[in-house]
Amino acid sequence: MQGTVSLTQFVVISILKIAIGLGALLTLDAYTVLAERKIVGRIQNRWGPSRVGPFGLLQPVADAFKLLFKEDITPPYVYKPLYLLAPVLALALSLCSIAVIPIGNDITIRGYTTALQITDINVGLLVILGITSIGVYGVALAGWSSNNKYSLLGSLRASAQMISYEVALGLSLVGVLILSGTFSLRGIVDAQAGTWFGFIPRWNIFPQFVGFLIYLTAAYAETNRIPFDLPEAETELVAGYHTEYSSMKFAMFFMAEYANMITVACLASLLFLGGWHGPLFGPPLMQALLPVFWFALRVFFFLFLYIWIRGTLPRFRYDQLMAFSWKVLLPLAIANIVFTSLWVALFS
Amino acid sequence: MVHTVLFTIFALIAVAGAVNLIAQRHPINSALSLIVVMASLAVEYLLLGAEFLAVIQVIIYAGAIMVLFVFTIMLLNAGEEERTQGSRVALLLGVPGLVIGGGTLAWLLFRHSGTGAVAAGALPGFPKEIGRLLFRDFLLPFEVTSVLILIAIMGAVVLASPPKGAQEPIELPPAPQGEE
Repeated sequence: MQGTVSLTQFVVISILKIAIGLGALLTLDAYTVLAERKIVGRIQNRWGPSRVGPFGLLQPVADAFKLLFKEDITPPYVYKPLYLLAPVLALALSLCSIAVIPIGNDITIRGYTTALQITDINVGLLVILGITSIGVYGVALAGWSSNNKYSLLGSLRASAQMISYEVALGLSLVGVLILSGTFSLRGIVDAQAGTWFGFIPRWNIFPQFVGFLIYLTAAYAETNRIPFDLPEAETELVAGYHTEYSSMKFAMFFMAEYANMITVACLASLLFLGGWHGPLFGPPLMQALLPVFWFALRVFFFLFLYIWIRGTLPRFRYDQLMAFSWKVLLPLAIANIVFTSLWVALFS
Repeated sequence: MVHTVLFTIFALIAVAGAVNLIAQRHPINSALSLIVVMASLAVEYLLLGAEFLAVIQVIIYAGAIMVLFVFTIMLLNAGEEERTQGSRVALLLGVPGLVIGGGTLAWLLFRHSGTGAVAAGALPGFPKEIGRLLFRDFLLPFEVTSVLILIAIMGAVVLASPPKGAQEPIELPPAPQGEE
């Protein structure tokens, strides 16, 4: 909480921030889906959606209406309380992470200084990891409560995969934490300000390149995206854990997946690519907004990477997937921690 | 004031979750109740100013251990438990024992504990301080505990591995051509 504001001011500002943050996240969510369809279309030598609105830009609106008005089927023999809870849990948790993600420097409006972030807590990174680790339940419970063998297989795969890759994911971040000495996302970004030798930006990706690759791989697996989309592998499992879901309940899983992608993209930008650091110029207003622009650019890059990989790589086999996590990523991540701590202990 | 109200609410939720854990007949519901208990405990830690501990509680207990519980229940497809009448001995000895034991404990806590109320954030809650406590002041107990856990893991592996020669080799399907 800021030092000099009243409680009312604080509450109003916080509610505003939450509304704007959620609105922006959900819009980005919808347009990432469109971007994916268009870019994958181009990769596969076709156009993608182009009919609704100019360049197909209103397609997300059409999709939203379609999903809202579809018949909402609850199959018989499902375990109803959990069947209804699962999509809500998945979506709610995926939207929660935005609360601790900073998107730029402090800004001052009419003498009131506020951070471009819903809340800055000193264990921000751990909060995101915690929310992700709870996110497994949405998928796991959906598959189990559906009372369908394909759903159950999908959710078993999802839980096993997410637990395995979470270990590598958590360990890959330790290197960054050692270098910056804080759990606060804002603190980690601040530690990356400046340059080495005058021209190389002090981004964590350079000393932590191995950590970066492990993080990216494990995070892509955590979000169940190709090539790690075993939980919903449509050639073997119909649609995996959301086979029995339709209408808005299906849409909630869909939105949760894309919100998770956005969180991963934000986190990768903050932890490894220097967050919002970039050249600042122009009038004061532009100087205030440029960091947000630089940050958005990095996030879009990672989202594009997601889509690019989806259009390029085939799916893993299940045993390869598990072996890769435990036999390749985990030892690499541990070696990375050992080397980083030795480096810090010896040279700083 | 707000803290006390929130603390009471989440304490009640934790107790309700714990009671529900025993009352439910389906293992999945019990496991989920346990997650509720752990999450409300995390909120209590948060209210006391221990942010780090709160988040770790969620990551380790709710996020890792309970996921394995739920995973196992789903994998074994455990059904509903049967209700028994319960034993008379447990009823005759257990209920008075519970009342006497709980009463004594409560009385002792009220009368003899020297601890006063702790203001929120008064105790070390930051990762740095916890790290210092663990790796300097309590280094030996910490390391001994990790050895203990290692022994438990080894025990589990020994128990789970089949006796020598008893297992038939698992036939894997032939790998697709042109690989590795």
